[in-house]
Amino acid sequence: MMQIKPILAAMRHHRAGTVLIALQIALTLAIVCNALFIIQQRLAHLSEPTGIDEASLFVIHNQWAGQSSTPQIDAQIQTDLATMRQLPAVRDASPSNSYPLRGGGWDNFITLTPEQVQPTTDGSVYLGDEQTIDTLGVKLLAGRNFRADEVGRIGLREDVFPPVVIVTRALADRLYPDGSALGKPLYAMSPTPSTIIGIVDLLQRQGVSTWDTTYAYQSLLWPMRVAEPQGLYYIVRAKPGQLAAAMREVPKALNAQNRMRIIDPKDGELSFAQVRERAYDSDRGMAILMGIISAVLLAITAAGIVGLTSFWVGQRRKQIGIRRALGATRHDILSYFLTENLLIGGIGVVLGTLLAIGINLWMVTQFEMARLSLGYVVIGVIALLLLGQASVLTPALRASRVSPVEATRSV
Amino acid sequence: MFVHYLTLGLRSLRRNPALTVLMVMSIGLGVAASMTTWSVFRAVSGNPIPDKSAQLFTPQVDNWGPQQNEKGEPPSALSYTDAMALMRAHQATQQTLLYPVQLSVLPGGNRSLPVAVNGYAVYGDFFPMFEVPFQYGSGWSTADDEGHAAVVVLSGEFNQKLFGGADSVGREVTLGGHDYRVVGVTRHWDPKPRFFALFGSGGFEDPADFYVAFTRALDLQIDTTGNNSCRGKLTATGWDDWLRSNCVWVTPWVELDSAVQVARYRQFLDGYAADQQRAGRFAWAPNVRLRNVMQWLDFNHVVPPESRISLMVSLGFFVICLINTIGLLLAKFMRRAAEIGVRRALGASRREIYKQYLMEAATVGVAGGVLGLLLTAAGISGTGLLFRPEIARLAHLDLSLVGLTLVVAILASVAAAFYPAWRAAQVQPAWQLKSN
Repeated sequence: MMQIKPILAAMRHHRAGTVLIALQIALTLAIVCNALFIIQQRLAHLSEPTGIDEASLFVIHNQWAGQSSTPQIDAQIQTDLATMRQLPAVRDASPSNSYPLRGGGWDNFITLTPEQVQPTTDGSVYLGDEQTIDTLGVKLLAGRNFRADEVGRIGLREDVFPPVVIVTRALADRLYPDGSALGKPLYAMSPTPSTIIGIVDLLQRQGVSTWDTTYAYQSLLWPMRVAEPQGLYYIVRAKPGQLAAAMREVPKALNAQNRMRIIDPKDGELSFAQVRERAYDSDRGMAILMGIISAVLLAITAAGIVGLTSFWVGQRRKQIGIRRALGATRHDILSYFLTENLLIGGIGVVLGTLLAIGINLWMVTQFEMARLSLGYVVIGVIALLLLGQASVLTPALRASRVSPVEATRSV
Repeated sequence: MFVHYLTLGLRSLRRNPALTVLMVMSIGLGVAASMTTWSVFRAVSGNPIPDKSAQLFTPQVDNWGPQQNEKGEPPSALSYTDAMALMRAHQATQQTLLYPVQLSVLPGGNRSLPVAVNGYAVYGDFFPMFEVPFQYGSGWSTADDEGHAAVVVLSGEFNQKLFGGADSVGREVTLGGHDYRVVGVTRHWDPKPRFFALFGSGGFEDPADFYVAFTRALDLQIDTTGNNSCRGKLTATGWDDWLRSNCVWVTPWVELDSAVQVARYRQFLDGYAADQQRAGRFAWAPNVRLRNVMQWLDFNHVVPPESRISLMVSLGFFVICLINTIGLLLAKFMRRAAEIGVRRALGASRREIYKQYLMEAATVGVAGGVLGLLLTAAGISGTGLLFRPEIARLAHLDLSLVGLTLVVAILASVAAAFYPAWRAAQVQPAWQLKSN
């Protein structure tokens, strides 16, 4: 530490280089902190569970060709379900308007009384039948499943509201925080109440956008088959380990049953792994990009420090020689350069911390991002100081090997 | 002198290969990261219809009221009631309503498997308003709209599939179980972002296959594949009930050619909302908007935040690369202080030294630019890993991007060299000569 004074004097002498390294460390810290934070946020988002048996599930987007009436479509759906359920690789199948992570779809505001204008909250709406809970593989926590006789149908632009509903635990708790939801009514934009007859554990919403985050896992199930001319989704659960076989069998069996339907060859049939990949592709992309940029940035900063310090060592060979001749040990020279780097790095990280927080605060206002947790700044500070020390080590060791004889030589 | 400095520069770069490689890589990586993300950003933030974007407007009318609207903003589409009222009032040069539809088709006649095709239900004004280019025939007339005519315009690609690309005007095609007469076939037309149909779409989907008459589509009860957003209690028992509801799903567009016309249309919208209030349909003061194309894209946040964030992070990365380059150039130039001293002593002016070192930096810039170009090409082919497929495919390396990459690399390197070259030019010849 007794070396600090001469180091400061030398730094004044190399003002430009000092400023450049400090600036580079500061900016690198600011960007790397925010990039790591973005990576963590995105990874956390894309690893949220859906609550369903993803490994065995796939979905079929079944569209109808030509024109048919609501009863005709409903009859065809029931035939299709019977066809699918008897396939050897299929455990269960059910009709729906959507599935978790589809990227948005049907959601209704929910109130506790019919007169209420301002909604209490919002629920993602899934239609299904008495097999839906088994098909999805969600856990019924309380109450009961739908009975077959409760399952109705909904045609084009008909607002039908079943008297019974199954909700997720998240929605039940939001509506009735005291845990008394079972048996209570809810009004999901309906003039008549739906009584909560069952509560299931996790069931993710159809959308996972920022807007949906406020209502995460708030879903409800209504017992209805979607008999609209547009078509519907069949959610199919394969028997364990037979997903590939089931995915081959089902479209074949459906088309053999009736070919006036469209299952798009490109994305008409999706395994849930594909659904998940699509739902989170931009999250994954951001994480990858931020990862690449952080890695390259650290490498470039390290290389820059090596380059500039090497130059300083080369420039000061004579002075080093003189110090050595006057009795300085190799260790003294080594620690001189390490300390110098630590001082510059210190200035850099102080500046960088302020910058990192500033950038984050700005992003919070622009992109609805969360506040940067200080843990990332601390990790970043330590990482950059260590990086600086590591980069300076090679040129500093070279400096420490300068022989005292250099003092006697001219440049 | 130019060529001489160039050769001097190249020779000097060969002398410290490690330092040179480091600088070239700095510039190259910085430029490539910025250009790759820029290529995506410019594609998603561009003006889809540059010569008319200031004349095309989408009116919004608040039919939900302050308690239920979107934080004071009217909904982003119209209810059927309001849409038809605006259409009947006919206050603009040209106007259309539209909504996205999907229909089935048997491309190879009755023996083939049906496929789904996507299109829009529109009015005849749609085609001239949005400058849709035609290969055969044209759009349809107002009389066809009023007559609920079973007419269709096919995209060139869809016409290729159905009729092998032949002039199909006048022929019949069956869509969703109903017959339509082909009146026109468009050339490839796919404005990105698809500014005119953002209700229920991000703006980057596959191009439309067909356009049918709005009035006919309603008669056939063809449902929208876009959003349908409602407030309050839902009580529709079927299609006609739904049309009368407060659900919004119709996108309106009007063409207004002068500021006077725009002002007049705004007045008309306000007047319409005031009439509704007087009639008791709205229990609130008029709340209307009239946004043009770019304002509409902005309001709908069509540019994905990922694209913006990655561009900014890449620019930050580039700045750090430049600071790095400044440091390395400084080290490189100052190491040759003795050499500079000799040159100055032999009569070279500061200007000459300055020029020589800027030239040397420019050669670094050229090398960095070439590396940056290769990395940009690699980066653009890898955008599929970073962005959604429908957005990644918009990024491409064209001549302007190649030019921009090289120019940015060279300018950035020269800019980075200003300070180091100035320092080099300040070298005192006497000092350097003395120490020898």
